[in-house]
Amino acid sequence: MGALMLTKRLIACFDVVDGRVTKAQQFQDNIDVAPAEELARQLYDDQIDEIVFYDITASAQKRKIDLETVRRVAHHVFVPFTVGGGIRSVDDMFEVLKAGAEKISVDSMAVRNPDIIRAGAEAFGRQCIVLSTQVKRVGVRAGIPSGYEVFIDGAREATGLDALDWVRRGEDLGAGEIVVNSIDRDGTATGYDLEITRAVADTVNVPIIASGGAGTVDHIADGLTTGGAQAAIISSILYSPRLDRNVGVRELKDGLAARDVLMRPYLL
Amino acid sequence: MIGVIDYRAGNAPSVGYALERLGVDHRLVTTAAELDGCDRLILPGVGAARATLDSLHASGLVEPLSNRVRSDGIPFLGICIGLQVLFEHSEEGDVAGLAWIPGSVRRFDDEQRVPQIGWNSVHLRREHPVTAAFPDGGHAYFVNSYYASPADPDHVLGETAYGVEFCSIVAHANIVATQFHAEKSGELGLRILSGFAAWAP
Repeated sequence: MGALMLTKRLIACFDVVDGRVTKAQQFQDNIDVAPAEELARQLYDDQIDEIVFYDITASAQKRKIDLETVRRVAHHVFVPFTVGGGIRSVDDMFEVLKAGAEKISVDSMAVRNPDIIRAGAEAFGRQCIVLSTQVKRVGVRAGIPSGYEVFIDGAREATGLDALDWVRRGEDLGAGEIVVNSIDRDGTATGYDLEITRAVADTVNVPIIASGGAGTVDHIADGLTTGGAQAAIISSILYSPRLDRNVGVRELKDGLAARDVLMRPYLL
Repeated sequence: MIGVIDYRAGNAPSVGYALERLGVDHRLVTTAAELDGCDRLILPGVGAARATLDSLHASGLVEPLSNRVRSDGIPFLGICIGLQVLFEHSEEGDVAGLAWIPGSVRRFDDEQRVPQIGWNSVHLRREHPVTAAFPDGGHAYFVNSYYASPADPDHVLGETAYGVEFCSIVAHANIVATQFHAEKSGELGLRILSGFAAWAP
């Protein structure tokens, strides 16, 4: 028993540029959606389980994360809040936590300097460190036995790292959760890449978060069942102007419950 | 005035934002002097047990905290690591805790994914003013690899299942502590903070 009582989570993802949420497609062509603070407040009221905020230009612009926006969002969000983008050191992590985040997401920086995972877990506990990975199906080849390679810097740079080798190393170094973000599916609303999500879930024992591609309730349900993920990152389905119709948290949860996925009940 | 203990490895600002939302007077406390004038205290936490205890010792807060809570008997709320450090011993880093409550802190076994991260239900074992507005079986947000095992079953106020049935709310005299993040458990979590702010043990 027991383990079954923990519910699956719906995590709203914000790609933030200059304090505003944007929506990309395969990591490109970001279009403007809304101020991060406003969307966060709206999704909290709609009982989203969690929010993750990526300052997507911090890393490329070699600047620190936008702490002011983090602080403004944290003021309205009384559910867990993860922040990533441009985090290079334990001191950077400390500032983000003090701005009101619970968890730190590391991605490209962790590939360049894997020790940041260990140092972060040591300073703040492993539950604080989320390893986010951008993975792309490249086919099985020398050095890439899983057929999935890790990319960094907004999916622009191949690393030569095998996705499963990297997540195993990330877990060993102290990552408390792992995000499997499919570059091929990002923003396409064609469903998560279930194959790599499942493979990662079977490789590590920390919670897995499916990301990239959710366009329908069925996609989310598949990620949380067939994909073996404990949580699903969604964004397009909630607010992308590219979709004909966006769906609210309540409708998503009702749909997931109808598909026998255990969710935190919507409070009336 | 609620004092929220703000140590290096903690998430005091999040607790502060939640109290702000509830319109409750509070201040972040980083030194012993700032404890003056606080008539109740919250010890939040996101970190590891050793980092938390080291950081409390380094700030010189352990003894004054203990005086206010154990001797003066002011209401105290621990959250997450702020619950775990109240016990005598933690398996995490094999450290001695504050020993305000008899018992120890153990690691979940690897039969399930560790850490436990997510919303789980809390079953109330009895009535208590702090949980008066929290529904039995209500969901709260957990992030933990370790759980507390109080020596005295009467100190268990709430229980949650994750492989084992563990104590998710501990209560003893003027001390209450939640393993889940009350400040990050949506409206139900805010009800617990609100219950604490009004509690007169």
